[in-house]
Amino acid sequence: MGNSRRRLQELTFNVGLTALSLLLALVIGAVLFLIAGANPIKAYGVMFTAPLEDIFGITEIFVRAAPLLLVALGISISFRSGILNIGGEGQILVGAIFGLCIALYAPPMHWSIMMPLIFAASFAGGALWGGIAGWMKAYLNVNEILSTVMLNYVAIQIYSYLIRGPMMDKQEIVYGTGASQTARIAREYWLAKLIPGARMHSGMIIAVVLAVIVFFFLWKTIYGYRMRAVGAEIRASRYAGVNTRWYLLLAMLLAGGFAGLAGAVEVLGVHHRGLESISAGYGFSGIVVALFGGLHPLGAIPASIIFGLLIVGADMMQRAVHVPAYIILAIQGLIILAIVSSNVFITKKGMRAKMVKFLGKATGRK
Amino acid sequence: MFCNGQMQIEHIELKNITKRFPGVLACDNINLALKQGEILALLGENGAGKTTLMNILYGLYQPDEGEVIVNGRQTAIDSPQKAGALGIGMVHQHFMLVPNLTVRENVALCMFNDRTFHCDIAYVTETINRICTDHRIKIDPDAYIYELSVGEQQRVELIKALSLGANLLILDEPTAVLTPQETDKLILLLQEMAASGCSIIFISHKLNEVKAVSHHVAVLRGGKLVYNGSTDDHTTNELASLMAGRDINLPVAKEKEPSDKIILDIQNVTAIGDRGTQALNGLSLALRKGEIMGIAGVSGNGQSELAEVINGIRKVQSGRILFDGEDITNRTPQQIIDRRMGYIPADRLHEGTVAGFSVKENMILKDYARPPLAQATFLKDRAICRYANDLVAKFAIKTPSIDTTCASLSGGNIQKVIVAREMNRRPKVLVAVYPTRGLDMGAAEFVHSELLAARDKDETVLLISEELEELINLSDRIAVIYEGKILKIIPAKQAQKSALGLLMAGVQSHG
Repeated sequence: MGNSRRRLQELTFNVGLTALSLLLALVIGAVLFLIAGANPIKAYGVMFTAPLEDIFGITEIFVRAAPLLLVALGISISFRSGILNIGGEGQILVGAIFGLCIALYAPPMHWSIMMPLIFAASFAGGALWGGIAGWMKAYLNVNEILSTVMLNYVAIQIYSYLIRGPMMDKQEIVYGTGASQTARIAREYWLAKLIPGARMHSGMIIAVVLAVIVFFFLWKTIYGYRMRAVGAEIRASRYAGVNTRWYLLLAMLLAGGFAGLAGAVEVLGVHHRGLESISAGYGFSGIVVALFGGLHPLGAIPASIIFGLLIVGADMMQRAVHVPAYIILAIQGLIILAIVSSNVFITKKGMRAKMVKFLGKATGRK
Repeated sequence: MFCNGQMQIEHIELKNITKRFPGVLACDNINLALKQGEILALLGENGAGKTTLMNILYGLYQPDEGEVIVNGRQTAIDSPQKAGALGIGMVHQHFMLVPNLTVRENVALCMFNDRTFHCDIAYVTETINRICTDHRIKIDPDAYIYELSVGEQQRVELIKALSLGANLLILDEPTAVLTPQETDKLILLLQEMAASGCSIIFISHKLNEVKAVSHHVAVLRGGKLVYNGSTDDHTTNELASLMAGRDINLPVAKEKEPSDKIILDIQNVTAIGDRGTQALNGLSLALRKGEIMGIAGVSGNGQSELAEVINGIRKVQSGRILFDGEDITNRTPQQIIDRRMGYIPADRLHEGTVAGFSVKENMILKDYARPPLAQATFLKDRAICRYANDLVAKFAIKTPSIDTTCASLSGGNIQKVIVAREMNRRPKVLVAVYPTRGLDMGAAEFVHSELLAARDKDETVLLISEELEELINLSDRIAVIYEGKILKIIPAKQAQKSALGLLMAGVQSHG
């Protein structure tokens, strides 16, 4: 009895605090809207309800959530293993390049052989890019934050060069239009559309299945146990006989691989070719999604959907109330900040107690 | 001669102090008094309420009932600042020093927190010099903290407290981190300080030191004051029983016929230490099956490196190590674990356990990949829970559940988790490094009896310790390590503390 009441109280506190901090973020955001000369109430109305009003909006949320979830899975693995991987962007791009190479240049095959090959190539590409940082961390003790961020720039330049040069669509050159993109990949290799007329593809299903697999991997296998041990206490893992270097490297191979899969999903499911800024910031947003999901693969599933809603809603709002795109980014940032910071008060015991005390004082009761 | 300061605490009294925490009565109606120039030893097992009581005196906690009386007047100590103004200083077990600042700068840091821009370094120097001459403390004010030994760092902490005008010093387990030599120096220093008018409260579990240093002893158990009187009235054994509430008899090894079989043979091993120095310098040592070999030595003479090379954690440069007839030199830790080597490391928080992992996950730290705990690559949850529950019951580990994180257990219980894990693997050789450091008598008794039980099962123990008594009580033979070499091996029955002490200092007697 007492226990369930306490649980209820806890839940009320958690939900209430999150709602309160969201409200605060929205109020600050409202000021920005007023400065830009838009009606904040209308803007927010569009942002949170428009994506859910029709099938297009809802499906679009999942289009965004799929790459976010894949990146977040990789981030969860690397953070759990004690590596702060900021290189999602670069890993997505290299994954996309590898996948495109197979999709565009391999001899035609039945899709049931070709698509796994493309995914495998993208995974390998991302793993290569993550693995470079992982290897430098494990064997040369190079700070992984620096190396992953720097490798992002390298990947962006390589990708840009390829889609403007060797991998550029021949038709663009023939017709002289010169758009920096690759040729379109054959239609039979596209990810299946789940609903006719919408962009939603089977990528989200793949991502959710992988999330469950990652969960089992991390918590139910000896490899996952070793990786978590290395992340939590590297000296104790060495003491326990774990080859810590190899597991640091493995963590980055997997993290990069999952980001690479996000690249494949964008190519096969959304754009069907390689084009400019295909990573769309998923490499960074994926970090927030992973943290928001408690660095837990299953937690990342709802987190990715919420952030999908946020991205789609912001896009729609931008069109509805005609505000500069940068305000939308600021609002997104505020919301992320609010959610993440209220999360601190929910998960950290000491912080939580302080907040309870503060709220008690503020409302004049216990 | 008096300690410097605004006010002298001539008499301080804690009256009917009671402090409750949710679900715990930390201090239960405690009465305690202290006169100027007196050294009071505060004894008690972990969780007896010593720290809570001292935090009340230092203004960190407020008592729920009772009062503090200073020089006959009731005084509310509601903050550490207030305690400081009254002349109460505290030296914590973990030092609060900035390693890359000098001694002088660290002292200045604690003195000038009320002025914004001005820092009168000449005044700081003068204060340090005065304190050092008054108490005959030797320290170089321009030395950086990281250059100092642990004992010297502690002296800086003392200077810090004295520079604020403290004349009642609270020392929380000051000897836990010190070598025996440093401990002796500290005890001398404290006695001199008391003679010059400082009062000292000395928290410890180490009864020999308490006997040596204090006039007056108070024993806490379960939040209650169970003894309060003169130190000389009780022997160390009686004090130990008072602390534990039962008779404590640290077990002693019985004579045993030595076996001829060499189980671990370390031959002429050299290795480099963390700081790039030659930590092991051609060390040779042979352990017989079923014996406890003690390693005595002042810390920093290669003990931890010795434990690490045996377990494959540190690379051997030259020489070789034979384990049960097989060469294990520079094998991986996993290969050495697989050959049934056990290891209780010195750092139980960061090496012996994964602090963020649950008790259950720590119990399987070395066996997670083996059936029945795992099959193929999959962990078997049910088997793991059964295994962990069994060990918790068998070794009487106090934990709310096997899913509690190890970090939230007391030091003694964390050590029990490690001992349970290592013992249950039935190691052929167990390397135990400072296995009772920081533990109370009850927990130390447990560890000692486990080590002896291993010996009875014909397992071999390499016991590295700084506690000579522990070494003499448990070991069959004691090897003295000095500058990375074994200086001498003596049968424990013939070992005398004074002779060992000389050997540890590198003095080899002739004959």
